[in-house]
Amino acid sequence: MITIDTVSKKYGKAEVLNINALEIPTGQSFGLVGNNGAGKTTLFNILLDLIRPTTGAIVTNDISVHKSEAWKKFTGSFIDESFLISYLTPEEYFQFIGDLRGINKADVTSFLSQFEEFFNEEVLGKKKYLRDLSKGNQKKVGIVAAMMGDPKVVVLDEPFANLDPTTQIRLKKILKTLTENKEITVLVSSHDLSHVTEVCERIVVLDKGAVVKDIVTSAETLQELERYFAV
Amino acid sequence: MISHFLKLEWKQFFRSATFGKSIALKIIIGFLALYFILTFSVIGAGSFFILKKTFPESDPLQIVNSYLIFAILGDLIFRYLMQKLPIMNIKPMLSLPVNKDSLVHYVLGKSSISFFNILGLFFYVPFSIVLIVKGYDITGVLAWLLSIILIIQSANFLNFLINKNMIALTVIIGFLLILIGLQNFEIVDVVSLGGKFFDAIYATPLYSLITVLLVAALYRLNFQQLRNQVYLDEAIASKVEEAKSVDLSWTDKLGDVAPFIKNDIRLIWRNKRTKTVFLMSFLLLLYGLIFFTSDVYKDMKPLLMFASLFITGGFTLNYGQFIPAWDSAHYKMLMSQSFRYRKFLESKWVLMVSMTSILYLLSFPYLYFGIDIFLMITAGAIFNIGFNSLFLLYAGSFNRKRIDLTKSAFGNTQGTSATQFLVIIPLMLFPMLLFWGFDAFVGYNSGFIAVASVGVLAFVFKNTLMNFIEKKYIRDKYAMINAFGKEA
Repeated sequence: MITIDTVSKKYGKAEVLNINALEIPTGQSFGLVGNNGAGKTTLFNILLDLIRPTTGAIVTNDISVHKSEAWKKFTGSFIDESFLISYLTPEEYFQFIGDLRGINKADVTSFLSQFEEFFNEEVLGKKKYLRDLSKGNQKKVGIVAAMMGDPKVVVLDEPFANLDPTTQIRLKKILKTLTENKEITVLVSSHDLSHVTEVCERIVVLDKGAVVKDIVTSAETLQELERYFAV
Repeated sequence: MISHFLKLEWKQFFRSATFGKSIALKIIIGFLALYFILTFSVIGAGSFFILKKTFPESDPLQIVNSYLIFAILGDLIFRYLMQKLPIMNIKPMLSLPVNKDSLVHYVLGKSSISFFNILGLFFYVPFSIVLIVKGYDITGVLAWLLSIILIIQSANFLNFLINKNMIALTVIIGFLLILIGLQNFEIVDVVSLGGKFFDAIYATPLYSLITVLLVAALYRLNFQQLRNQVYLDEAIASKVEEAKSVDLSWTDKLGDVAPFIKNDIRLIWRNKRTKTVFLMSFLLLLYGLIFFTSDVYKDMKPLLMFASLFITGGFTLNYGQFIPAWDSAHYKMLMSQSFRYRKFLESKWVLMVSMTSILYLLSFPYLYFGIDIFLMITAGAIFNIGFNSLFLLYAGSFNRKRIDLTKSAFGNTQGTSATQFLVIIPLMLFPMLLFWGFDAFVGYNSGFIAVASVGVLAFVFKNTLMNFIEKKYIRDKYAMINAFGKEA
């Protein structure tokens, strides 16, 4: 599904990302871990064609993201709060994304009804603008919006951060169901090792822009990762 | 302690949105500030002579005194609407080992050097200097000036009291109603009594001590009120606005651009700065009155053309020049969504054109000034619709400054760069020159026709021009994402 081919990014002399080759098959739940500055967000930004790589290219579903925009139709993403429109209410925001993705009002409402539990009555119908929601509730909105319009690829940067424990557990459930049928490729980055190991079948560790570990998740993975990061 | 606070103030001032800008912008803001200071000072110094000339029998000081009560009331109303206590500043300090008393003193002290308190001084100080020069009693004038300054300070503290406290507000309103009643039914002449009070201060400087007591009392009340509320859920609570959703489904008729139009309408209505831009465009509708009612400008036709452009172009110019920076906060998200860039641009164009058309309809009363003026406004409207809307879209692709919509509108220059100054040339000067050229050398209505035809021409070739603009935006996508991602 996604092929990362000799992608590197340099700012001046500092190289923040350098990945030789990485292949993410369709339907895989892919986890990205690494310390601050490891290049996780940079990789996602390149995948979404928000920044240009210095060398190489990312090809998703046979589309080179830099050359065509066709990938946008099947890619849903949430990187940070700047993906939200601060002066809209959650309902209006979902409708806006729905409009862009060609989903009518009734379908947006029925889509959102699946996430009633995830929202925990803190998001919809609160008469609040997104800018006035708590960080955690903003995140919920962003994550759900990324899943709108039947995407084939879902990219979530740090989805677990700022969520309360109950919501974290609910999010894990949602992500697992998403990849159940092996049709949707999910890319998740996180600082929380136990969450990623639980959700992802494959985990890649980035350090200073390079892939240092590429693990198929097993019972020992969490310990292996903890040993790696306990320096 | 105080030196710490002063250091913070210094940094806040010089790192604020207004100052943390390019040197060119700083110079322009500096000039503007200087201009206003000079204007006020000239009015202050000059009013003595103007009053003396207009009312040779009366004492200028007494005339000013008799109107001071209105100035004070007006000031108070203005403050009540505009001035808020800068209390959020102390939030980061609440958990630090700082005495809460000093925090409250700091907030109150800071408020007393606010813009609202200083502006008036540019009038009163030069006026006092002229008084002294003209041989008025120095002690008297100084006592008078001191009283005025202290009354301004009192208004400052009174405002915070009534802003925070419904009881104080009711008391003040009741008091005012009684005064108005007394004046109206001619029981007591409050206005002349107010005047006499200030006259008395000049005559007997010792009376100025009353104002000292007044300030001290109000400060004390403020301090007591605030000191008990230095908690996150009381005075320092950030306000959450209740969201009001209005049904905008009527925009669905516009087809593909509807989602963006809806978004823009909400953007304009729900953010202070954009709302100001929107409301200002109706105020600019009246701009022509300055030019059309005065005989001075009758023969300066290019200037009249300039005014005409402003009448219908207020929105297009003020909103258009910051496209797409209005969307800078969520620009990344937009760029990862699937839509044709053209739709985004098209929606902005529809918005500008609709607003210009509405403003044009509202400008019909200008027919009163004759058909020539109205033709000029019409030509201006056509130019705004055809040429300016497209040109501003193109110029927008050079915008590289983020706009943080949550920041206030007043004096906010966020998003301003050289682009904003350069675009004025084709937007305003070009049509003026065009008009002037044709009007002077060809004559007979050719000026209007020339300006209007440029607009029509641009309108006819809109699609081609739009393609060109769209390509430019797509080419600059990464630079814009990068720039808009940076904190303003």
